[in-house]
Amino acid sequence: MKDIVSQQNIVAEAKKFTDQEIRPFAADFEANESLPRDLIKKIAQKGYLGAIIPEEYGGLGLDQLHYGLLTEEIGKGCSSTRALLTVHTSLVGESLLCWGNKSQKEKWLPLMASGEKIAAFALTEPEVGTDAGNIQTNYRQEGDRFILNGNKKWTSFGDIADIFLVLASNNGKPTAFLVEREFAGVKTTRMTGLMAGKAAHIAEIEFNNVEVPAENIIGKIGNGFTYIANTALDCGRYSIAWAGVAIAQAALEEMVTYSRRRTQFGQKIVKFQMIREMIADATTQIKAARALCLNAAHLRMEKSEDAIIETCIAKYFASKVAFKVATDAVQIHGGNGCYNKYPVERLFRESKILEIIEGTSQIQKEIIASYGARKYYRPQ
Amino acid sequence: MIVEEITVRAQIREYIGQNLTKFDDEANFSDSDNIFQLGVVNSLFAMKLLNFIETNFQIKLDDDDIEIVNFSTIDNMIGLIAKKRS
Repeated sequence: MKDIVSQQNIVAEAKKFTDQEIRPFAADFEANESLPRDLIKKIAQKGYLGAIIPEEYGGLGLDQLHYGLLTEEIGKGCSSTRALLTVHTSLVGESLLCWGNKSQKEKWLPLMASGEKIAAFALTEPEVGTDAGNIQTNYRQEGDRFILNGNKKWTSFGDIADIFLVLASNNGKPTAFLVEREFAGVKTTRMTGLMAGKAAHIAEIEFNNVEVPAENIIGKIGNGFTYIANTALDCGRYSIAWAGVAIAQAALEEMVTYSRRRTQFGQKIVKFQMIREMIADATTQIKAARALCLNAAHLRMEKSEDAIIETCIAKYFASKVAFKVATDAVQIHGGNGCYNKYPVERLFRESKILEIIEGTSQIQKEIIASYGARKYYRPQ
Repeated sequence: MIVEEITVRAQIREYIGQNLTKFDDEANFSDSDNIFQLGVVNSLFAMKLLNFIETNFQIKLDDDDIEIVNFSTIDNMIGLIAKKRS
């Protein structure tokens, strides 16, 4: 693990990189519905694709705290670019780190950290979203090979990924497979017409009698949902929590900057009480969301048993704050806020997605309610 | 049943009790009941359980140990802990 100063420097550098290479072009990425290969290459060269991967596997070796801070910096610039870290580094990278065997880690993590292989997480299906335990993609074993059939949907970076962490089931034994694009029978189709994540290469994937060698099973047969998918989603929720802070912070900076420049009734609109109320609420709520993310970071570093629930709470709150602040930022911009020449229009659309992915807010609240109803009960 | 096993059994039951997704009066389960199939805990609890068992009973779980069946009942957890300690 790197020392704290080195990690702080990496986060500071990521901010500069984002300001120079990502933020100014975020609207173009959307318009082109693509992250340029050249940008992905630069991100890889910076080491961000292996940000939380240990140095022994070619990663930067950031701890959870600094990985979160780095996610925020990149997320402030462009949500689709941040999504690459969420799926490649958090969902797949951290799951492999946690559940991969020695040879799997030695083979795949360096390739992922260097960006030679881009990874995507394939859980959601056309008919299965929140009810992830009911996936229809199936496998059967034939000797030492497994034959996969089924369809996945909403796979971020599925259009360009080289490897997919795929959840498939057989008689109630969900299992995680690392499927390589070059395996026969893998077909991806880019999804278009999306409200947000337009540059995140979101795709549908079809597995048609795809033969996967036993060595590509991650974890044990039957552990796919309980351990691997839950690990992936926990890491994903942590990333999305910081993504919420990122969008909220970016929206706050936009609303403040705009309101200090915009003149109506002969004065800057930042002077109006109802504008000031929105700035006050945004400032306060973002600090609260960031505090929850920092708390989750420290608990994750301590490997505390409360890390999972506190990450759920951080994700739920930060995504809610992102949507609220982005909504207010649009409101302050008035008509201009509904125009894609202003970043708040994009931030507003992107913020909504955070309340859906990696577990909807409704599911987070179910989990949090169960926790709260038990923890805060006062027996008579 | 030796005293140590009774203690371990009680500790596991208490820990499950602290993590129920149902209220106590709706969560009756025996030591041989599958707590996940009964729905008295959620799947996130499976991950917490690994940490709890390693930390509280000072054992190191290997990859081969991590199968949901080993943690689905109190009896199975007792069996796994005994095996790891032997």
